[in-house]
Amino acid sequence: MGELKLMKGNEAIAEAAIREGVDAYFGYPITPQSEVLEYLMAEQPEKRTGMVVLQAESELAAINMVYGAAAVGKKVLTTSSSPGISLYQEGISYIAGAELPCVIANVVRGGPGLGTIQPSQADYFQTVKGGGHGDYKLFTLAPSSVQEMADFVSLGFEIAFKYRTPVMILSDGMIGQMMEKVELKEQKPRWTDEEIKKMHDKWATIGKTPDRERNIITSLNLDSAIQEKHNHKLQAKFRKMEAEEVRYELFNTDDAEYLMVAYGSSARIAQKSIALARAKGIKVGLLRPITLFPFPEKPLADLTPQLKGILSVELSAGQMIEDVKLAVQCKVRVEHYGRFGGMIHSPEEVLTAFEQTFIGK
Amino acid sequence: MAKVIGAIVVDTERCKGCEVCVASCPMQVIELSKEVNGKGYHFAYMAQPDACIGCANCAIVCPDGVITVYKVNKRA
Amino acid sequence: MKLQEIIKEENLVYKRTPLMTDNVLSYCPGCGHGTAHRIVMEVIEEMGVQDDTIGIAPVGCSVLAYDFMNIDMVQAAHGRAPAVATGIKRTWPDKFVFTYQGDGDLAAIGTAETIHACNRGENITIIFINNGIYGMTGGQMAPTTIEGMKTSTSPYGRDLQLMGNPLKITELVAQLPGTYFVARHSVHNPAAVRKTKRAVQKAFQIQKERKGLAFIEIVSNCNSGWKLPPVKANQWMVENMFPFFPPGDIKVDGELVKKE
Repeated sequence: MGELKLMKGNEAIAEAAIREGVDAYFGYPITPQSEVLEYLMAEQPEKRTGMVVLQAESELAAINMVYGAAAVGKKVLTTSSSPGISLYQEGISYIAGAELPCVIANVVRGGPGLGTIQPSQADYFQTVKGGGHGDYKLFTLAPSSVQEMADFVSLGFEIAFKYRTPVMILSDGMIGQMMEKVELKEQKPRWTDEEIKKMHDKWATIGKTPDRERNIITSLNLDSAIQEKHNHKLQAKFRKMEAEEVRYELFNTDDAEYLMVAYGSSARIAQKSIALARAKGIKVGLLRPITLFPFPEKPLADLTPQLKGILSVELSAGQMIEDVKLAVQCKVRVEHYGRFGGMIHSPEEVLTAFEQTFIGK
Repeated sequence: MAKVIGAIVVDTERCKGCEVCVASCPMQVIELSKEVNGKGYHFAYMAQPDACIGCANCAIVCPDGVITVYKVNKRA
Repeated sequence: MKLQEIIKEENLVYKRTPLMTDNVLSYCPGCGHGTAHRIVMEVIEEMGVQDDTIGIAPVGCSVLAYDFMNIDMVQAAHGRAPAVATGIKRTWPDKFVFTYQGDGDLAAIGTAETIHACNRGENITIIFINNGIYGMTGGQMAPTTIEGMKTSTSPYGRDLQLMGNPLKITELVAQLPGTYFVARHSVHNPAAVRKTKRAVQKAFQIQKERKGLAFIEIVSNCNSGWKLPPVKANQWMVENMFPFFPPGDIKVDGELVKKE
């Protein structure tokens, strides 16, 4: 068993990054995730592992520092929160277009605009439906615990390098700020320069040696026929992710007549609501998507025949519900419930909404 | 007395006829040709080859890097 | 002496560096970009650091610099090249990292990235091409368009009251403690090319010795944007741009050069 610690989600992601052997972190302070940069600066990972930590002058600079470090085959992490993530979108689009690996975490707060600093899940659309310009998909992991905040660092980099794609950890102010027990992994060594050359010399811009053509990291193709071909290549990657990388969790679904679909912090609330409902004899289960893109469409569709109704529970005005509806293809009634703008629903509120919607009281 | 003799070779197909080399030649060796290359540019050529001293001024100001320079030091 | 006797390998004094690719440059006839590219590549060749150099191309006319420079290159979002360079240099300090940016990229949309990379003293080289205009998009006003200069978005000439002042960003970054060497040169005649090359050599040497950031502005022409033939454009540049953007060293060995 690894080392056990009581940590905030924001601290856990920072500590996990050091232990993962991440090469660099670039970020800019924003509530409610500033503890990531604070923890890293206090921890001085350059002394522990040689990891570089730099506070950038803006989110625009931070995401482009990520782009640069990723271009040379390094493991690079950044974190921010909603308004900052909006500023990242240009960079994320370039990173996706140029096929670079990196991990980005969004500790979501209420919006739109400057919004609030309290938890929210209102960045779902921005994350899985594009965000930046162009046809790309952002591989998205949604942690629902401090443990997953830590674990998804390793998983995120595994996916990022497997597909050469940006990976988003879509968290929120609740997961980022709350303290929980977390089991930390053993320290992994950082990749040596030689290892990076061996693994990534085919694409990374680490210096043109006489034995190969120059490597170019770009998202530009002035020839639209070539750009279309490049887009087909990207789409093939996204289809492969959909086929092979879907992750989700089921609770009490074997006999379920109703289903809640919820991710992240909302899934934890929904889980409690389900316990309350079960105590009242209502057969309701939970599907918790862990990957938001790729969305667990098939498991949801597979459950549909046994269901009388689905409630999409989100800390938003209803965003993921669109993917739930697409998955069940009108075969069952799908409704939304959620507080938003920084407010958090209680398990009782969710249960009441569920009963009013589907049981009729 | 040593006399320097130079010569340039212009990659005429890549030359864009900008004339910057013409303006930079201290010996007025280079002119633009009456003919054009495949792109339609009047390319640079040695109009006064005997005057070339191989100083490479033309080559180092050529934006397209189309000029190669040769030089020999010849005893008179 | 016959021409064939002169044109022999042993008599070769100058040819294009193999660090420039065989691709025909996409620049307009007479554009200084080609010369500036070649100078940087010659310096890298002469230092023998091709294997360890990474260039960052901007958005603008030189967005395709990676088609012409035979080294590993990264194309950056508009204005973000200094941040991209920071990401590379910080994680791989042994590499030579340079950005190659135009005036719109470096001094307008990328001002923050430029200032902060310079102020942090990132150990990189910035090559800044200032032709006072947005070439790629068709000749719009740039942050460095001089007073009275006509562009497609200042068709009656730059009006300082209406459009603000041209930005001397090179003088500005020279004030920052992170810059070690700041100079302004040009590539319009052989003497200027030689000076620029010496400055670029010095800049890469500074990077090798990890002394801080070297920033070289190259005042250049934009024949198409200025609507002048190349040689006349160079004359116009000397007569009109140089009084506002005077060539010469601005900061050497971390000290501002005193004006007499």
